[in-house]
Amino acid sequence: MVSYVGRRTLQAIANIVFVATLIFVLARATGDPVSLLLPQSASPAVVDQLRTELGLDKPLWAQFLGFLGQIFTFDLGHSFVTGEPVSDVLLTHIGPTLALSLTALVLAVVVGIPLGVVSAVRRGGVIDAVAKGIALLGQAVPAFYLSILLVLLFAVQLPLFPVAGRDGAASYVLPAIALGWPALAGVLRLTRSSMLDALDADYVRMARAKGMHPTITVGKHALRNALIPVVTFSGLMLAGFLGGAVVIESIFNWQGIGQLTLDAIKVRDFPVVQGAVITVAIGFIVVNLAVDILYLVIDPRIRYE
Amino acid sequence: MSDVLSARLAVLPRRPVSAFVGRWSGAPWLSGLVLLVLILGVACAPLLTRWDPLEIDLAKAFAPPFYAAGGSWDHPLGTDNLGRDILSRILYGGRVTLLLSVLAIVLGIVAGTLLGLLSGYRGGWVDVVIQRSVEAILSLPTMMVALVFIFVLGQSFTGVVLVLSPFIAARFARMVRGDVLSVRALPYVDLARVAGASDTRIILRHVLPNVAGTIIVVATLEVGQLILVVSSLSFLGLGVPPPSPEWGLMVSAGRQYVATNYWLSLFPGLAIVLTVLAINVIGDWLRDVLDPKRVV
Repeated sequence: MVSYVGRRTLQAIANIVFVATLIFVLARATGDPVSLLLPQSASPAVVDQLRTELGLDKPLWAQFLGFLGQIFTFDLGHSFVTGEPVSDVLLTHIGPTLALSLTALVLAVVVGIPLGVVSAVRRGGVIDAVAKGIALLGQAVPAFYLSILLVLLFAVQLPLFPVAGRDGAASYVLPAIALGWPALAGVLRLTRSSMLDALDADYVRMARAKGMHPTITVGKHALRNALIPVVTFSGLMLAGFLGGAVVIESIFNWQGIGQLTLDAIKVRDFPVVQGAVITVAIGFIVVNLAVDILYLVIDPRIRYE
Repeated sequence: MSDVLSARLAVLPRRPVSAFVGRWSGAPWLSGLVLLVLILGVACAPLLTRWDPLEIDLAKAFAPPFYAAGGSWDHPLGTDNLGRDILSRILYGGRVTLLLSVLAIVLGIVAGTLLGLLSGYRGGWVDVVIQRSVEAILSLPTMMVALVFIFVLGQSFTGVVLVLSPFIAARFARMVRGDVLSVRALPYVDLARVAGASDTRIILRHVLPNVAGTIIVVATLEVGQLILVVSSLSFLGLGVPPPSPEWGLMVSAGRQYVATNYWLSLFPGLAIVLTVLAINVIGDWLRDVLDPKRVV
């Protein structure tokens, strides 16, 4: 297990280096990175000064090592619109994104798991049919479309929730539903199918045969085993939210990291765009790593060679 | 029993693609029909509508759909803020959305399958390099990476295809490799080698047909997801540049009028939902028919 965790961690670090390389190459592929890093109105003197500051007169490998160093010390330069350090800007925007992502995840799990369990236990029933519908729509309705419909119905027609912005608990409802919807469908589908497998397993049949109460059979024997893949999936969903929240944030004017990225793209603030992408990618990689290790911990049957 | 033998017995023969002929019971007819109508509609757009999707006529702006008060069959789904016919924009816009998604998936399948075959069949350092790269690509958040690529390289049709296809390719490379490894262990592949077949021949005649089923299933399911990503990018204003009628772009453009003139966003969005829904249902069915034991 220790060697697996070690190898997996190395791969995660390698993936972060891969992201860094990608951005590094991308910034140079279009020619001079200074042209990305400075507004077009910059004077030649400023351009030269930045070139020296960034060490662009140094050989490529030295530049690359410097860039890696910057990433691992979370020193990502300055926004050329506001002049603030990019890492400070990112830190103030990561909170809202995390809060929204966690709310969406809680929603997906709290609604998805019970619905999945019931639809597996009462297979072919009304709830199963409803669950199937939710599962299908969850994978087919784009988040931006769902957001607009939700706003139209529950903020404009019936003014129950605010149209946009982040102000109090009520403002979380619509964006969290829109963001969590595909995850809800996934959790439901997965819970249902792994519950069906678990209900069919020998140990459940045994529990039933010896006359154990159905609630205990379902709740304790079957559900505990069925939830293992759901836990993993939820972790992956959380990672997905970090990057996927950009669409939702733009609709609900949510000042998270996605909205920050879009705003920075509009004013061509490359240091911020680069910093945001790197941060989200690192978050994504770290959550994936955590999920893989967690999987090992919660399911003692799993042994990687 | 030797390990090699037991490993071989553990690999059951896969169903060839031909297995689903004669298994039409339970086929998703409705989804098939919806998809067929959509594809025909999009392909024959000029025959179905007489309006130019880009033609602006401000005098006719915000005409409601046929069923609403003041609506007419002249513009069955109404017109947008510039008086452009929504139905014709949906039909022509489908070409952009679907073409983009199909191109990205085809590019992804070809590259991914080649890499997967190479990786699984060759093994050794080639395998390690390809699999580590695949792992790295799959560890990236698609949307954010797409944003930064489009930021640097500019907004274009080709750009969207090129930035999305590596993600598809990575998924196919991993999956095809897994399949190749199991197929390669089958006795008839050994037999072919003993009979003197070249590597190319073995891959093309013996390995590829056996992994084709999986490729078709996953491709179908991926197209649906890809349509969502493509339209999301356009929605954010970073996909296909306007005024090209793209579904996500149409939903986005109609957004500011949604409280009073909902049809600007509603219908293009519905086109996305119906298309993806139909494709997913067909994909699920194909998976059950071609490979009932496999969970993708």
